[in-house]
Amino acid sequence: MIGTFPRIPSGCAISGMINKKGQCMTGEAIIQSIALMHDRSNGLGGGFAAYGIYPRFKEHYALHMLYNSEKDRLATEEYLKDKFVIDMSEPIPTRNVPNITDAPLVWRYFLKVDPKALSEQENQVDETDYVVAAVMHINNCIEGAFVMSSGKNMGAFKGVGYPEDIGRFFRLEEYEGYIWIAHGRFPTNTPGWWGGAHPFCLLDWSVVHNGEISSYGINKRYLEMFGYKCELQTDTEVVSYLVDLMHRKQGIPLEIACKVLAAPLWKDIDKMEPDQKELFTALRQVYGSALLNGPFSFIIANSRAMIGLNDRIKLRPMTVGVKDDMVYMASEESAIREICPDLDDVWIAKGGEAIIAELEEGVEV
Amino acid sequence: MQIDAKGMYYRDLNQLILKAAESGEEELILNNVNGQRYIASNLDKKLRIVINGVPGNDLAAFMNGSEIIVNANGQDAIGNTMNDGLIVVHGHAGDTVGYGMRNGKIYVRDNVGYRVGIHMKEYQDSVPVLIIGGTAGRFLGEYMAGGILIVLGLNRKSNEPLTGDYLGTGMHGGVIYLREKPEKDILGKEVAVFDADDNDYAKIMPFLEEYCEYFNYDVQEILKQPFYKLLPVSKRPYGRLYAY
Amino acid sequence: MNYLMPEFLVQVDHERCRRCKLCVNNCGFEALDFKERVVSDDSKCVACHRCVLVCPERAINVVKNPVAFKESYHWNVEHIKNIYKQAATGGKLLTATGNEKPYKSYFDHLVLDACQVTNPSIDPLREPMELRTYLGSKPDKVEIVKENGKYKLKTKMPPQVKLETPIVFAAMSYGAISLNAHKALAAAAKECGILYNTGEGGLHRDLYEYADHTIVQVASGRFGIDREYLNKGVMVEIKIGQGAKPGIGGHLPGEKVDEEVSQTRRIPVGSDAISPAPHHDIYSIEDLSQLIYAIKEATNYQKPVCVKIAAVHNVAAIASGIARAGADVIYIDGFRGGTGATPATIRDHVGIPIEMALAAVDDRLRSEGIRNRVSIIASGGIRSSADMIKAIALGADAVGIGTAALIAIGCQMCQKCHTGRCSWGIATQRPERVRVLKPEKAKEQLVNLVRSWSLELKEILGALGVNAVESLRGSRERLRGIGLNQIELEILGVKPVGR
Repeated sequence: MIGTFPRIPSGCAISGMINKKGQCMTGEAIIQSIALMHDRSNGLGGGFAAYGIYPRFKEHYALHMLYNSEKDRLATEEYLKDKFVIDMSEPIPTRNVPNITDAPLVWRYFLKVDPKALSEQENQVDETDYVVAAVMHINNCIEGAFVMSSGKNMGAFKGVGYPEDIGRFFRLEEYEGYIWIAHGRFPTNTPGWWGGAHPFCLLDWSVVHNGEISSYGINKRYLEMFGYKCELQTDTEVVSYLVDLMHRKQGIPLEIACKVLAAPLWKDIDKMEPDQKELFTALRQVYGSALLNGPFSFIIANSRAMIGLNDRIKLRPMTVGVKDDMVYMASEESAIREICPDLDDVWIAKGGEAIIAELEEGVEV
Repeated sequence: MQIDAKGMYYRDLNQLILKAAESGEEELILNNVNGQRYIASNLDKKLRIVINGVPGNDLAAFMNGSEIIVNANGQDAIGNTMNDGLIVVHGHAGDTVGYGMRNGKIYVRDNVGYRVGIHMKEYQDSVPVLIIGGTAGRFLGEYMAGGILIVLGLNRKSNEPLTGDYLGTGMHGGVIYLREKPEKDILGKEVAVFDADDNDYAKIMPFLEEYCEYFNYDVQEILKQPFYKLLPVSKRPYGRLYAY
Repeated sequence: MNYLMPEFLVQVDHERCRRCKLCVNNCGFEALDFKERVVSDDSKCVACHRCVLVCPERAINVVKNPVAFKESYHWNVEHIKNIYKQAATGGKLLTATGNEKPYKSYFDHLVLDACQVTNPSIDPLREPMELRTYLGSKPDKVEIVKENGKYKLKTKMPPQVKLETPIVFAAMSYGAISLNAHKALAAAAKECGILYNTGEGGLHRDLYEYADHTIVQVASGRFGIDREYLNKGVMVEIKIGQGAKPGIGGHLPGEKVDEEVSQTRRIPVGSDAISPAPHHDIYSIEDLSQLIYAIKEATNYQKPVCVKIAAVHNVAAIASGIARAGADVIYIDGFRGGTGATPATIRDHVGIPIEMALAAVDDRLRSEGIRNRVSIIASGGIRSSADMIKAIALGADAVGIGTAALIAIGCQMCQKCHTGRCSWGIATQRPERVRVLKPEKAKEQLVNLVRSWSLELKEILGALGVNAVESLRGSRERLRGIGLNQIELEILGVKPVGR
């Protein structure tokens, strides 16, 4: 299901938290944190992603789905049965929340890729490419169906409403995860489309984003060269696809990928040591079309890390807080203090400098 | 008078403050503040407000003469277009502190973010003063049109630069004092660096003394390192930009 | 009887004239003479305005000959005059500069976006605004290794040429234009951190010092080409065609081949310099590849190789072939592109607009996943920074400017380059004419033009809320079409205004 609306700009609030030892926390704290920034969103979009929530199915791809109707669900399930082994499927539990209306059907599936189906593919593809292709297919070709998330042992929960209401709707206080990220959205018109809320997810990646990517036009065309279809009404999806392309497909370290998205200025590259100058010059030459230009702060997560990044001239806010094994990032310090009043350290992020908080080495999740 | 702001929506809090001011209160202590916006933006009365907790964005925006003491960090846009008064932050502050500030004083104990002091301006005897105890991010004093901006760089981590680059970019009035000589390549193209002279020290001394009182510093210790000043070299630096 | 009436009339105010004869001496076309007072042979006047502008008394004016023809839309004056000319001579109509016909200019039907509220515009004067552009083939990805805790580049990058602003001066040969014009272009390119192009006439020794800002061209005539020449630039351009005369060769008449031109082109003084229509070692795409790699071999793979083509109907497929043949840069010249000499029929009726060609090429290379492999330079009637900016948004890495550069140094667009009489010392080899073009002053004018356009580009980038030109490049989302039909919009890849 792709939107029929043109791209919708939006402002936002973001918040994220990670426990570096992999200790799980309920969704209560992240709801409180994002709720504090209520006025940064306008009730037209909120969402969460959580990691570590499906330990029983951690080897499965957890597909979180939105459906317009039962018919769409049946059509999608036909497709899924064809492509995957479905070990479990069920509606995602929700509760009635007064402010959440017109909810679509929300379902989740725990899938494995049938090795036989994979080997029958025309081109040699790995399993992750196979999953990505299926996600792209559902989003673009199946009317009334949308994949919220498709990673392992993680899931996205999002919709139209204030984030705290969305969080309660999805009963997030009943889940436990070691990374939580959240988003409150301020879109500039009313799509009424749940798929348009953040986070945007692909495989294990999830992104929440504040700001608008002014370079969206070229980022999108660049990604299309590599087979990504960007038709979700928002500029945020390009972030997840760019990271997927550079890190998963091309093996570029995350830290360097961030230096592509928010590239150092030429004047600073010119001052670097020769080998660093060579590297960063090449990165800008090769990945100029992947530069994210315009105001943004985003939090991007995968199953082992949470990364905060601001645009290179810092047009959107981000504060980082640390307490013991916890790392917090949010649009406002108060959103962190709300859930962790006594921080060991707190600072304001700099433009273009990625803050990477990873699970400690050896931590199994 | 004390107000417990725990969980209070900013409009309710600011209405309470306004009522207190109108009823003649002279000092308010706000406890458990966390993220409430626009505190003191609606006041014309001279009120002393002590904020315990992190106030939200646009603290004291358009403020007109009150005195604010923040016993925590501050967020973005503190003193936005502030007209008069005093803000003291016992912690760090975010981006665009003092945007378009017209008069009054802002004292920040620790670091500040990007674009601080942007477009501060002065007119006749309205000369705003902003003192940063720690370091400042990029674009400090961008478009600065007047007033006094001072960066002390106290308690700095090693390798932490005093300010980011694009320092004073677009500056066309006022003065920035730095307690360290900036490298030339971080300067905006409109400014030049000069040594501070006796007149400069005389000018900033009262503010430094007041600053030191708030944060328990010894002003003589601070003065042990020389100050440098940044001035715009032309009030109209954009002469060769247009064709007619 | 000569049916042709003068196109222009020279008017001399004999009251104001103080008989200094500057006008007479400055007319490259010998339209003025002095017989006790300034007299004119109007039939020779081309409206180059040299006399008008040098006259210290402002005593001369040139006006259109108002003599009336009975008006006919179909049989307009131009057609009638051309028939007279051809009936009198039996020759092909020769002209210069670019296509002058009133075909739709797509640039004039495209408008740009700007930020309001949801994303901020950026102040180009106070905040960083990056125009630096690299021409050359880019790999699809880079490989990075970690050594001693530091990331390092493992990929060996193909050669890249740096432009400080996305402009190059288009190829104009020494021969077609004067050495002084070349000196001005070369020096301006150096000062601006961009490139000029030798054209096909070889490289004069006086310009060796500008090697770091030189594109050396290899055309079908192979004038002045040896390994030294190939290595005296930072990029080598194989010229297949140009927008003003797609599909045809060139001919520098023997009278333009003086001692210096002869030495530079390595042909005898006074002999015609013929550039064949095709390269006779390129009859097919694989032959192009052979030449590209011959040049790479001769330059030790140190320089990007560019292939310049005229924008013709099938330009997208051709460009794809060029990219696959190993070119690092594709230079596409639209039908408004200029020349020193071309048959008018070709200039005005062959080829397609650069806007459409560029859009089609960029799309094609993207759909084949090979856009990274080549840089695209677009040219052919770039009149202003706005045209340049729209070209970049359509997908160009940089633009080439020829006509605009010559106008910057005094060209009045009289379209008589092919006569070699240029009063302004630009398109001529006559020593007394070349002398009037002062390289230092002309350089300054070129530098100013590039500076102005760069400032305007920064202004637009700022309004678009981006601070690096690569964020505009190919970002058609920032363009809208006005007054274009559905198919035109589709080819350009832009939405209509209001959507």
